[in-house]
Amino acid sequence: MVSPVLRRVSERAPLLLPIADDELVLGWRNSEWTGIAPFLEEDVAFSSIAQNEIGHARALYELVAAELDTTADELAFDRSPDEYRCSAFVELRLVPDWAKTIARHYLYEQADEQRIKALMESDDDEVSGLAAKIDREEAYHRMHAQMWFDRLQDEPRFVEALEELRPLADKRGEHIPEFAELWDEMTMVRRSVVGATW
Amino acid sequence: MVTAEAVWDALAEIPDPEIPVISLVELGVVRDVEVEDGRVRVEFTPTFLGCPALEVMRDQMAAKVRELGAEPEIRVISDDSWSTDRITPEGREKLREAGFAPPAPRAAAAPQLVQLQRGPFRCPYCGSTETELENIFGPTPCRSLRYCKSCRQPFEQFKTI
Repeated sequence: MVSPVLRRVSERAPLLLPIADDELVLGWRNSEWTGIAPFLEEDVAFSSIAQNEIGHARALYELVAAELDTTADELAFDRSPDEYRCSAFVELRLVPDWAKTIARHYLYEQADEQRIKALMESDDDEVSGLAAKIDREEAYHRMHAQMWFDRLQDEPRFVEALEELRPLADKRGEHIPEFAELWDEMTMVRRSVVGATW
Repeated sequence: MVTAEAVWDALAEIPDPEIPVISLVELGVVRDVEVEDGRVRVEFTPTFLGCPALEVMRDQMAAKVRELGAEPEIRVISDDSWSTDRITPEGREKLREAGFAPPAPRAAAAPQLVQLQRGPFRCPYCGSTETELENIFGPTPCRSLRYCKSCRQPFEQFKTI
């Protein structure tokens, strides 16, 4: 069943929802390192990156929500699993594999840079303005990913992880089985207290 | 009748929720104040989009406007108009005094990793530039962690955005 809001016409939705969904889901996955990263500095880094990504998701959902006469929360949490447009790449639960986590982080930030730069050229002023703001923050994610790439680039486990994950970066359409569990966790609070605002 | 100037003065009394030594006006997040028929419209920009203090700031601004006897309309503008270059000179000095190294000016392009690793970032405690990057990220999205090799003091560096 399609959520009622998605039946309305929006020019922004097809463009922005895949990105917002990626940022929400990756933010969720990155937050899974909070408290258990290999060392404290990375605990701080991944928690902060997760917070930024979810902030980007919220701002992107808000732009779509304005056109659909709904809210960011409804778009983030009230859709059924098959209505999310994120890539399988961000859905993977990679804890506790640090090599794969860094490989995804590096590949994601590279791909994300391209699409954010493209959005910065949008004729929709609100979209281009938001994209430019997101890019200022993403610059720090890219630096962090680059720092780890420089450190691990000759490590066989990291090279293998890059090769394994690279083909998945653009794979969109079908969710992987792990997504059902993630959706359940992500929407649990919202579903259990109907109509609550926070 | 409330004036825009009175609103700016009132907003200047609101401390940043996460770094209370600096006010929202010194932080440069208040973009515009318009007064019309007893209604006050305030436009402000978040520092970082994931900032959890956004709602707190909005509510505090609305409360200040109500104290002046006007009806507030607080609009959050998520565009590219805020940069750390908008922090006022007074705000920068207050940050430094509180142990937060103020942000370096933003050049034409985004900062590069090599600049964070090799650049002359100054310790807010002893003034030495013999400091090194400990973590690009810190306790809030707007801060990095550095270590001063001269006075052996870790400190927080405001990111350049």
